[in-house]
Amino acid sequence: MKKTLFGMLCLLAATMAEAGVSIEQWMTSSGARVYFVVSRGLPMLDVQIDFAAGSAYEASDGGRFAGLARLTNDLLDAGVSGLDEEQIAARLGDIGARLTRSIDPDRASMGLRTLSAKAERDAALELLRAMLATPTFPADAVGREKARSIAEIQEAETRPESILAKRFAAAIYPGHPYGLQATAESVGRIGRDELMTFWRSHYGARRATVTIIGDVSRAEAEIIATRLCAALPDAPPDAPLATVTAPARQTIRIAHPASQAHISIGLPMIRRGDADFFPLLVGNYVLGGGGFVSRLMQEVREKRGLAYSVYSSFSPRKLEGPFQISLQTKRSQAAEALQVVSATLAQFLEQGPSMSELRAAKQNLIDGQALGLDSNAKLLRTVAMIGFYQLPLNYLDDFPGRVEAVTAGQVRLAFARHVQPEHLVTAILAGD
Amino acid sequence: MWLAADRAPAKAYDARLQRSHFNRSGYLLMTQRPFLSMLRLAVLLAVSQSAVAALQPASAFETTLANGLRVIVKEDHRAPTVVHMVWYRAGAIDEIDGTSGVAHVLEHMMFKGTKKVGPGQFSKRVAAVGGRDNAFTNLDYTAYFQQVPKRALAAMMALEADRMANLRLDAREFAQEIKVVMEERRMRTDDNPQALVNERLQSVAFQEHPYRRPVIGWMSDLEQMSYRDAQDWYRRWYAPNNAYVVVVGDVDHAEVFRLAEKYYGGIKRRALPTRRALAEPKQLGIKRLEVRAPAKLPYLMMAWKVPKLQDIRRDREPYALEMLSALLDGHDAARLSKDLVRGQKIAQSASAGYDATLRGEAQFILDGQPAEGRTVADLEAALRAEIRRIQEEGVSAEELARAKTQTLAGQIYKRDSMMAQAMEIGGAEAAGVHWQDIDTMLEMTRGVTAEEVQAAARKYFRDDALTVAVLDPQPLDAVAAKATVTAPSH
Repeated sequence: MKKTLFGMLCLLAATMAEAGVSIEQWMTSSGARVYFVVSRGLPMLDVQIDFAAGSAYEASDGGRFAGLARLTNDLLDAGVSGLDEEQIAARLGDIGARLTRSIDPDRASMGLRTLSAKAERDAALELLRAMLATPTFPADAVGREKARSIAEIQEAETRPESILAKRFAAAIYPGHPYGLQATAESVGRIGRDELMTFWRSHYGARRATVTIIGDVSRAEAEIIATRLCAALPDAPPDAPLATVTAPARQTIRIAHPASQAHISIGLPMIRRGDADFFPLLVGNYVLGGGGFVSRLMQEVREKRGLAYSVYSSFSPRKLEGPFQISLQTKRSQAAEALQVVSATLAQFLEQGPSMSELRAAKQNLIDGQALGLDSNAKLLRTVAMIGFYQLPLNYLDDFPGRVEAVTAGQVRLAFARHVQPEHLVTAILAGD
Repeated sequence: MWLAADRAPAKAYDARLQRSHFNRSGYLLMTQRPFLSMLRLAVLLAVSQSAVAALQPASAFETTLANGLRVIVKEDHRAPTVVHMVWYRAGAIDEIDGTSGVAHVLEHMMFKGTKKVGPGQFSKRVAAVGGRDNAFTNLDYTAYFQQVPKRALAAMMALEADRMANLRLDAREFAQEIKVVMEERRMRTDDNPQALVNERLQSVAFQEHPYRRPVIGWMSDLEQMSYRDAQDWYRRWYAPNNAYVVVVGDVDHAEVFRLAEKYYGGIKRRALPTRRALAEPKQLGIKRLEVRAPAKLPYLMMAWKVPKLQDIRRDREPYALEMLSALLDGHDAARLSKDLVRGQKIAQSASAGYDATLRGEAQFILDGQPAEGRTVADLEAALRAEIRRIQEEGVSAEELARAKTQTLAGQIYKRDSMMAQAMEIGGAEAAGVHWQDIDTMLEMTRGVTAEEVQAAARKYFRDDALTVAVLDPQPLDAVAAKATVTAPSH
């Protein structure tokens, strides 16, 4: 009785919290998918273009050129037809526009934030168009950025968190592109030819998703998307990546002089769009995603003072993205902390969330939805994700209902399906 | 700006937040009535008028309760959410020797409960309304915040008001939490070579001024701290007349004032201790130090003592130093990236920072990593050459205009984030700048001339006011479990 009443209250809350974000979607004649949300509150515009050109796509030569996806993305503003990198930087500076780049295993992204007045907007978008359609990869800039990239990799190879992240990814994705790591040697092999080829074969309209948020009309957004994608290289559409195979259970120990041990535990979990997403979302909130109130935080930090930060997270990708629990603790406490984490995880896998935990998780996820959408920057991130992974257009509106519908049994089953102890990889750096 | 977020996930950790004084101009130059000033600015700059004409003025309002608590409200109706912050004028600057880190430790203890709200329940209640909460401690202040759906504002005020007056500190909770803080120190500083360089540089640059102590605290002070130290701190500084509330979001300011009176109005005003201003004795020569820690790339940090902003309307030099920092490192076309990273390829990375609004002493900082095959000596010479070039040749009208355009655009982009707007108001107030003067500061920055930038560069970059710290990277297999630091030489 109590439960039913609560359910009704939550549904009411869900209706009230309904995202109210209206996403328009269409396709350019060149084959790019476009997602648009008008937002007139501020005189600014965000445009992001995501290509199926992430680091997983650089594995075709057995990883000989690992680092190629990032370097290609980094060098798009190093020169375009008719402009060198200093001219590009100066023009962007003159109109107050800002460029962002990012790479993950699936995506290569370029984002532009500009004032929305026509003069600034047109100038900024023209630069973005040129960077995507006519990059020149000048030899001097290529050499310099290769050297910087190598130095960065070598520096990262001394840092506890970077060493652990690389070893962990390689161990949960053995032989798979998701586990591939750039090295000084692989970056050293990359030349202008590889960059040109990678750009030509990956930065095509049919591999692109354009997300537009801000102070423009639908008609203007259509023109923007069409122009951006009209002259992209004629790259083939995205082909499926190799299947992920689950790793064998193992523990990796890495020596390091750090004062803290760094620990990660996890495995490949789910694909974007998997039906188990919502049970896993709710369950992970209870286990270690819900900040201060999660079980891991309670057991490791609040009760025992073993760590400053401890959390669990999962990142769905095109293929099974990682689930991981991570923490840092004084090196002499590594074994104790690991024992607490393992026991907490095992208990959660066995029993799932309690009714009150389930209720608290749903409440936070549903009522907190608006907080994830209260700026153009946050909208951009979410809508670009919806677009790139082709989630339903009503994803945001359905979100509260989908969360509310999750049961404790579904959480337990979803975790049992996707976190099988015989595949868990544990990596410990600097543990005594 | 050193932020010790109470529980930021490791992933969100940003090395730049480690720096004591990075250029906060992004936060500094917010305007409350941007319509006119931005329009005028637009005419002056390359940006077209229509670029900013659509921006409506943002309204901010203020009231002071009878107990001295100030409440500042900025309405932003773009989304049905609100940011609620409570700032206390108590930071590491107010600590004394032997108890370094206590401001930050108390921040952690503020989540440990009151008579009404049990340990850990604070965050549970915030989470229950769909919210997120956290806190941060800096040199000059400690601040607490919640981001919530707008209907939950009253509940947040009830929670903050409760812990402003009724915090319950006990030895057992303290014993657990101090261990967490020590882990935080290990993570942020002890195992982070660049953070170590910053910490040790500040402890050498300042002999007497409290900015010589790290916000996170020295490990030995943390080890000896007791819950009584935290309790003393709480009793001394946590009073409504030493705090202010900042609310930004989809609210009606009159309603917020009414709620503030209801929840905070009953807390009693208390006498505050006298704050002793500790002046740093004039530096009489260059100071140099070296930090050895496991790393691959060397790192260089140069900090000059420079003036801060004291008289918002009459001072000129701090605004010129702001612009100098923006010219060197405000955007991709700025000088350090253009000349040192791309042009001469001397630097793997290089940046500049200056914060004009703070309670203590200001510094102008240049730092960076040398490129492969270059040394920190090469990088130091190159950074000095950049300053010398400005001293001798000045700056072009074009690059000054570009730096100002960046500032203007940054102001508009900032309005996209309620949190950024609340941080701007809170940060200015912490340094004693009234929020209404943020507008004036933008106007003043707009008026900086190329000659003033050159004059400031000539006047303040003397070796007598300089401290230089160098990270001497040690191979992983050759170092002992702890990073070592060599004694400074003057």
